[in-house]
Amino acid sequence: MNSTVFAPWEDPEKKPLIRFQNVTKKFGTFTAIDNLSLDIYEREFFALLGPSGCGKTTMMRMLAGFETPTSGRIELAGKNIIPVPPNKRATNMMFQSYALFPHLTVWDNIAFGLRREGMEKDKMNARVEEMLRLTRLERFAKRKPHQISGGQRQRVALARSLAKAPTLLLLDEPLGALDAKLRQDTQFELMDIQEKTGTTFVIVTHDQEEAMTVASRIAVMDEGQLIQVATPDRIYETPVSVYVADFIGDVNIIEGKTTLIEDGQYQIDWAEGQMPLHAASSQPFDKGQTCFVAIRPEKVAISAEKPQAADNIVQGKVLDIAYLGNLSTYHVELADGTIIKSQTANTRRIARRSFTWGDTVWLSWTATAGVMLAR
Amino acid sequence: MNRFSWFNAVSLTFGFAFLYIPMIILVTYSFNESKLVTVWAGFSTKWYGELFRDQAFLDAAWVTLRVAVFSSTLATILGTMAAYVLIRAGRFTGRTLFSGMIYAPLVMPDVITGLALLLLFIGVGLDRGVLTVVLAHTTFAMCYVSVVVSSRLATFDQSLEEAALDLGCSPAQAFRLVTLPIIAPAVISGWLLAFTLSLDDLVIASFTTGPSATTLPIKIFSAVRLGVSPEINALSTIMIGIVTAGVITASVISKRNMVRQRREEQAAARAQ
Ligand SMILES: Nc1ncnc2c1ncn2[C@@H]1O[C@H](COP(=O)(O)OP(=O)(O)OP(=O)(O)O)[C@@H](O)[C@H]1O
Ligand SMILES: [Mg+2]
Repeated sequence: MNSTVFAPWEDPEKKPLIRFQNVTKKFGTFTAIDNLSLDIYEREFFALLGPSGCGKTTMMRMLAGFETPTSGRIELAGKNIIPVPPNKRATNMMFQSYALFPHLTVWDNIAFGLRREGMEKDKMNARVEEMLRLTRLERFAKRKPHQISGGQRQRVALARSLAKAPTLLLLDEPLGALDAKLRQDTQFELMDIQEKTGTTFVIVTHDQEEAMTVASRIAVMDEGQLIQVATPDRIYETPVSVYVADFIGDVNIIEGKTTLIEDGQYQIDWAEGQMPLHAASSQPFDKGQTCFVAIRPEKVAISAEKPQAADNIVQGKVLDIAYLGNLSTYHVELADGTIIKSQTANTRRIARRSFTWGDTVWLSWTATAGVMLAR
Repeated sequence: MNRFSWFNAVSLTFGFAFLYIPMIILVTYSFNESKLVTVWAGFSTKWYGELFRDQAFLDAAWVTLRVAVFSSTLATILGTMAAYVLIRAGRFTGRTLFSGMIYAPLVMPDVITGLALLLLFIGVGLDRGVLTVVLAHTTFAMCYVSVVVSSRLATFDQSLEEAALDLGCSPAQAFRLVTLPIIAPAVISGWLLAFTLSLDDLVIASFTTGPSATTLPIKIFSAVRLGVSPEINALSTIMIGIVTAGVITASVISKRNMVRQRREEQAAARAQ
């Protein structure tokens, strides 16, 4: 194992592979990408995440060369690539629709890019065979795209885009078509390939879990802007805004007014007749400032008896239980109507559960469990 | 469900009779022994033999064939290019006008097309002959090719071309290696359509041809004015055969292609 953590974005000496500088892309009067700046480093597995229409595909298409930014600069390895046409770029894209050539066999699809390079026959054969092996497609080499399954087609698209060993591989929702099991397998396969080949990946996904699994860093986008760019754990644990917290995973958001107790410790008045909450923040909040406390359901403990000591304790009634197999999420309604979710591992059989619908329960969490957000 | 009432049966019979009786009569009499067109005197293929010994008809056939091959090939190239640009070029000023204009000659009366071309050829001082007929046929057949090809291109997934560019093709290579092979069936049926159109055309050819280049339809038309001969019937039968073969091949190609396309689309949809 590498003893040093892979984090080139923290090294100011390191030159990024891709650099977006104040890039704006307009379609007519509509701004799809809004003055966006972003650095992506070599060997990263970078995930673009965001709601539909936020500009993810547009970013990819600008990198591949199918769209030209309205203003701004895009650099690849220090060179401005905006004037470079797609066929002269060291990037390859795996299309959301796969875009396999229907008139060519799997083998010829994979060899297509290599032929254009004018690679020697022996070398090309070896390379195609290697790609087939990597994507476990050896048995299907002679078939046409319409003679193989959706998952196999997806692997052909991947093999084809990998074959030229691009500096940068763009994957636009590559696993959108696959069932959960195949999707998970392929995610690991992708990570494996990335480790073996050292290629830089940029992946677009709708699936936040997928982004969490594969990515070295995640960019959360909204309406053509970057909201937060950070490692998966940072995005999950310390989102910068309610938008990010809400977008990634399940979260309880409690709005209230802050009062400083002592350095970093705040008291939050959030509802009439409820005890104030306690939360910690390294960011300063003014007295009386509105703040949102984001607490992940798995950090909220649920119990039938009142816990002895906890920073925050509330009482409520079980409104709903979502059973997820290994986990259960309890929706608990407090006296004032607020609903707080609590998630626990199902270590015991369901029949032995100590509380059920309508039971009165206690929820508790520590002061550091939640994140205080200003917006 | 399958209600085949007497009314349906009668209308079907009449409809088809109306369409095909003239042709059946023509084909039948082409095998008539007698010189007299209206008197049946037993089966014979002698008029076909006569036909193949008649130098004037053979010359006309040779002219027609050359005109059809050259004009349909030219029309296919130009029509495919026009269709490609109109479907692919995105929005540019006057695009709607251009795509409308490409279809206008389809509904233009042949007499007017012929006359306009005649005026043009006289205007530029081009001697009328095989070349002018080829140009004239190219002009009107190219609209048909363009219609056939653009309906195929409209459903062509543009990301295939982008994928080709992404893998290192120049735009021209992407067209040659990806787009063309995929739309080839439409291009071929466009060619066959242009070929048969050129084969039957009388009006435009008579406007634009000169004494050195008599096409078969012109030859038939002028011969018939001197009286219908069984030779003409034989010739017409052969032409009906060729045209039918052309049309059937074109429709089989496009039908097969449509079926395959649907199957591929369904396969793709299953993957989603
Ligand atoms: N060629 C175009 N012309 C006009 N508007 C466009 C064009 N391409 C994209 N857009 C608009 O730009 C915005 C961003 O599109 P984009 O395809 O990048 O979204 P996305 O984030 O990939 O969405 P999804 O997750 O649904 O794929 C959308 O609102 C879209 O309507
Ligand atoms: Mg998209």
